[in-house]
Amino acid sequence: MTVQRPEHAVAAQRGERAPTARHAYGPPAARVTAAGQEPALGTERIALVDLLDRVLAGGVVVAGEVTLSIADVDMVTISLRALVTSVSALAGARAEAGEPGR
Amino acid sequence: MAERSGVWVYAVAENAAADSVRGVRGVADGPVHTVTVSGLTAIVEDVPLDRFSESALRRNLEDLAWLEAAARAHHRVIDAAAGGGPVVPMRLATVYSGEAGVRAALADRATDFRGALSRIGTQQEWGVKAYAVPPRAAAPPPENAPPGPAAAGAGAAYLRRRREQISGHEQARQSALAAARTVHAALSRLAAQTRLHPPQAPQLSGNSDQMLLNAAYLLDGRQSGELAALVAALAEQHPGVRLELTGPWPPYSFAGLDEGREGAQ
Repeated sequence: MTVQRPEHAVAAQRGERAPTARHAYGPPAARVTAAGQEPALGTERIALVDLLDRVLAGGVVVAGEVTLSIADVDMVTISLRALVTSVSALAGARAEAGEPGR
Repeated sequence: MAERSGVWVYAVAENAAADSVRGVRGVADGPVHTVTVSGLTAIVEDVPLDRFSESALRRNLEDLAWLEAAARAHHRVIDAAAGGGPVVPMRLATVYSGEAGVRAALADRATDFRGALSRIGTQQEWGVKAYAVPPRAAAPPPENAPPGPAAAGAGAAYLRRRREQISGHEQARQSALAAARTVHAALSRLAAQTRLHPPQAPQLSGNSDQMLLNAAYLLDGRQSGELAALVAALAEQHPGVRLELTGPWPPYSFAGLDEGREGAQ
């Protein structure tokens, strides 16, 4: 197994702020073929699902005069519903197009 | 003619953070600006209420393409702001009906915001996920093992092999779970705070391996090299799990104003 120290870790030690990145350690991943997502390795743009973990379940929730009171919306359910719907739509579209799974 | 607009809030910072977000476009593709009340600065964007009213947001958040664009824009602004100093990120879709509401929130919760900002300081959030490595990748199953004592028939031999395989899988699963716990304990010792997120569903993570750990750790920015080295070492020690490190993130998982500290759950 090759273990590389992420470049951003070195950059951060020099006091610079590095962009959010993703690094995998260990055997290669088994991919889900129907989801049609980008490969996981490397330092490509961050995965939507990691971002949603944070922006939908993290961050400060303020009460008061807000247009959308997040507290009474189950954001996680919303995101899951949106994601699952579109994933199955994607899978359906592939099946219709006769595109074989990878 | 100007539409009625609301104010989308990205984050709150202690100093005028205007410089770090200058030129950054927000969720409505408009310019981001700041609202400051006695030293606390909210990073905001004016957004048209035809797309960002409560009912419009409820509808739009169900649309994956819209949700993704909004989440990435929200993150882009917060990440830029975090480049300029400590920030407390707001949850996605925090929209006030006017700037007066933002000013009131900054004033009402000034103590909480200042407390969170000083607690976070120069720390950054890192994510570590652990996946179970499928037994086939860890060690090949005894598919072509020579048959056992010839007394058993082919059917019985198949059943026996199958039983061994299943119990092997169960053992692998248990040991991967134990490895994930060890990994989390080791990382928690390094971190100032930890938070566990629910494991991601395989169809969302795009990864069919079972996720055993989806954790966030808050560490000083200078410890990132140490963290990366520890994650690499833990991956070496535990070949039954695959680790994924993401970050640095703005402190989304540690921004709660009420939680003084939240330990490992």
